[in-house]
Amino acid sequence: MGKTLFDKVWDAHVVDTIENGPQILYIDKHLIHEVTSPQAFNELKQRGIPVARPHKIVATADHNTPTVNQHLPIKDALSRKQLTQLSKNCKENNIPLYDLGHKNNGIVHVIAPELGFTQPGMTMVCGDSHTSTHGAFGTIAFGIGTSQVAQVFASQCLLLQKPKSLRVSVNGNLKKGVLPKDVILYIIAKLGTNSGTGFFCEYAGNVFEEMSMEGRMTVCNMSIEMGARGGMIAPDQTTFDYVAGKEYAPKGEEFDKKVAYWKTLPTDTDATFDKEYSFDAADIEPMITYGTNPGMGIKITENIPDFNDSSFEKSLEYMNFKKGESLINKPINYVFIGSCTNSRIEDFRIAAAYVKGKQKATNVNAWLVPGSQKVAKQITEEGLQTVFEAAGFVLRQPGCSACLAMNDDKIPEGEYCVSTSNRNFEGRQGQGSRTILASPLVAAATAVEGKIIDITQHLN
Amino acid sequence: MEKFTKLTSRAVPLATENIDTDQIIPARFLKATDKVGFGDNVFRDWRFHKDGSLNNEFVLNNTNYSGSILVAGDNFGCGSSREHAAWALTGYGFKVIVSSFFADIFKGNALNNGLLPVQVSAGYLKELMAYLQENPTSEIVVNLEEQSIETAIGTATFDIDPYKKTCMINGYDDIDYLISKKDQITAFEAQNMN
Repeated sequence: MGKTLFDKVWDAHVVDTIENGPQILYIDKHLIHEVTSPQAFNELKQRGIPVARPHKIVATADHNTPTVNQHLPIKDALSRKQLTQLSKNCKENNIPLYDLGHKNNGIVHVIAPELGFTQPGMTMVCGDSHTSTHGAFGTIAFGIGTSQVAQVFASQCLLLQKPKSLRVSVNGNLKKGVLPKDVILYIIAKLGTNSGTGFFCEYAGNVFEEMSMEGRMTVCNMSIEMGARGGMIAPDQTTFDYVAGKEYAPKGEEFDKKVAYWKTLPTDTDATFDKEYSFDAADIEPMITYGTNPGMGIKITENIPDFNDSSFEKSLEYMNFKKGESLINKPINYVFIGSCTNSRIEDFRIAAAYVKGKQKATNVNAWLVPGSQKVAKQITEEGLQTVFEAAGFVLRQPGCSACLAMNDDKIPEGEYCVSTSNRNFEGRQGQGSRTILASPLVAAATAVEGKIIDITQHLN
Repeated sequence: MEKFTKLTSRAVPLATENIDTDQIIPARFLKATDKVGFGDNVFRDWRFHKDGSLNNEFVLNNTNYSGSILVAGDNFGCGSSREHAAWALTGYGFKVIVSSFFADIFKGNALNNGLLPVQVSAGYLKELMAYLQENPTSEIVVNLEEQSIETAIGTATFDIDPYKKTCMINGYDDIDYLISKKDQITAFEAQNMN
C-alpha cells in the first residue's frame, strides 16, 4: 500500500520504536523564542545537561517585543529581562540568535521560511502552536511544550506517538475576493475546533496547488485551530522556486539533489487516510468570525447561527452579539493586520491594493505590523509604505504584536478588532477585547469604511 | 516529576466547553523565566474582575467547591502550546483534570508535569458535572494503576499511553530516557545526514 506525504517524512525520522509505546523522532530544526525557552534552558542547567546540537537551533525575539522604537531599551522590566535571558542563553550555548533590531529578526514562523531554514521533508518544532505554518513546504512541523523544548535541547529528539492521518481536499475555482485565510476559516467553521485533534492534516486539491507559498503558510498556520498538531501541503515547483536561493537553503548541485528527493515526497495515489473531507471551492466566500473560538465563523454575508447551547451563548454574550444577527455595518474601531498567519509581503500587497486612493476611516486605529525586518524592507522597496501613508496608515515594526498582546499593543476592553491573526479567544488581544478574525482584504476594507462591509459588493 | 498513583479528592465542576490555554493563563503572565507562581493567575480573567475584585459567580471562587480535581467541559486546553497552562493548574493545586476531550499539546504538557488528564465519555461527563453541581462534597477516586475513575455516578475506565503511565507512576521524565539513547541517535545522524 502507498504512503502519505506525512508517512514518508515521519518514517524517515524514526530513530527507534519503544514496544507498546512512543517512537523516538529525530528533529531537523528547532526554532526557539523568548517566551517558551527560558524554563527549558534552566532545566538543562539544573541537571547539568549540555545542549546537544546547537547548530540545529535558530532563535529569534518576537512574542514580547515592542513594535515601536525598537532601538530604545524596552520599557517593561519583565519583557526586558526575558529578552536578556534569551540572549544570554543563546550566547552560552552557541545558538544563533536574531535579536531585536537584527536584519533577520521577526516572527519565528515568518523568518524561518524566508531565510531558507524551512525545507521540504524536514521535521521542525518550536515552543509555539503555530509551528504548523512550516507544513506549507511538505515539512512535519508542530508546536511543543517547554518540557519538550528541553528534550530536544538534550537529545535533538522527541518521544511521540505517530498521529493519525487526515486529508482535507478543496477543488474548483475560488470566487473573487476569497483568500487563503477565507479557505482555512471556512474549513475550520465546517469541521469545528477539535476535528483534527490526534491527526496530522494534509491539504490537497487544485486550490492549494495553485496557492502561493505565502497562502499555503496561512492555511497550514491555522491547522492547530481545528486541533490538528500540524498541516502539510505536498512540495511542488512553487515550493522549490521559493526555497531556491534563500540564504540558508542548499545551493547548486546539493539543491538539485534535494529537489530530486523532495519530488518523491507527495502522497502516493494508492495511499489511504484515517479520515477525509472534501469541499467545493465555489462554496467558499469571504469569512469572518463572530464568537470566541476560530470555529465560530460565517460567510461575511451570513447571519450568526442560532444554537441552544450554554457555551455558545456565553461566547455571544462576551462578544455582545445576538443570535441571528448580521455583522454587516457593525462599527469597528480597531484593525490589526499582522501575526504569523497574515504578515507576509503578499498580505500587505493585498491590503495596499485595496486602500490605494482611499482614506482610513477616522474612527479606526489600524495597526499594520510586518512579520519580519525583511517584509518591512520589501514593503518600503515596493512602494507600499507610500500607499499606506497616503491613506492615513502608519506601519509598525515587526513582531507578534496584537495577536496575543503580550507587549503594549493591546485592544481596549469592550472594543472590537477585525484582525488577520489566528485566535479570537476571550481577551486574546487584551483584557476584555473582542476579536473578529478575517482576511487582510476584509481587514483593509474595515479600516477604510470604519465598519464591516460586504466586501463581495466592492470588488471590481 | 512528582509521582502519581491514586488520588481521592473532592472536585470542582467547570462546565464550559473549549476552554483554551489563554483562559487558563492569559499571555500577559507569560513574562516569567521560571515555573513558579503561575497558580496565582490560573483562570485570572474569570476569577477576577478587571478592577481586581473577586468574581463570585466563577466556580473556583465558590467556597462550596474544593479539591484537586477539575472536571471541565469538552475540548479542554485547546489553543496555544504554552506549558504555563499546566504549571498554572498544578501551581493552583490541581492534580487531575477530567473532561470528555483534551487538546493534543495540552495533554502532553499535562503528562510531562504530573497532571493527569482523565478522558471520559461525553455522557459520563454530563452526568458527573450535574451531580457535582448538586453535591459539592462528593468525593472522586482516581486510580492510575487500574486506569479507573470512581464517582457517585459510577466507575469508568480511561486510556493512557502505557509508557506515559509508567513515567507518571515512577515520576520519570522523557529527558532521562532520551539521553540513554544518545549513541543510537548519533548513529542515526551518521546514517541519515550528509
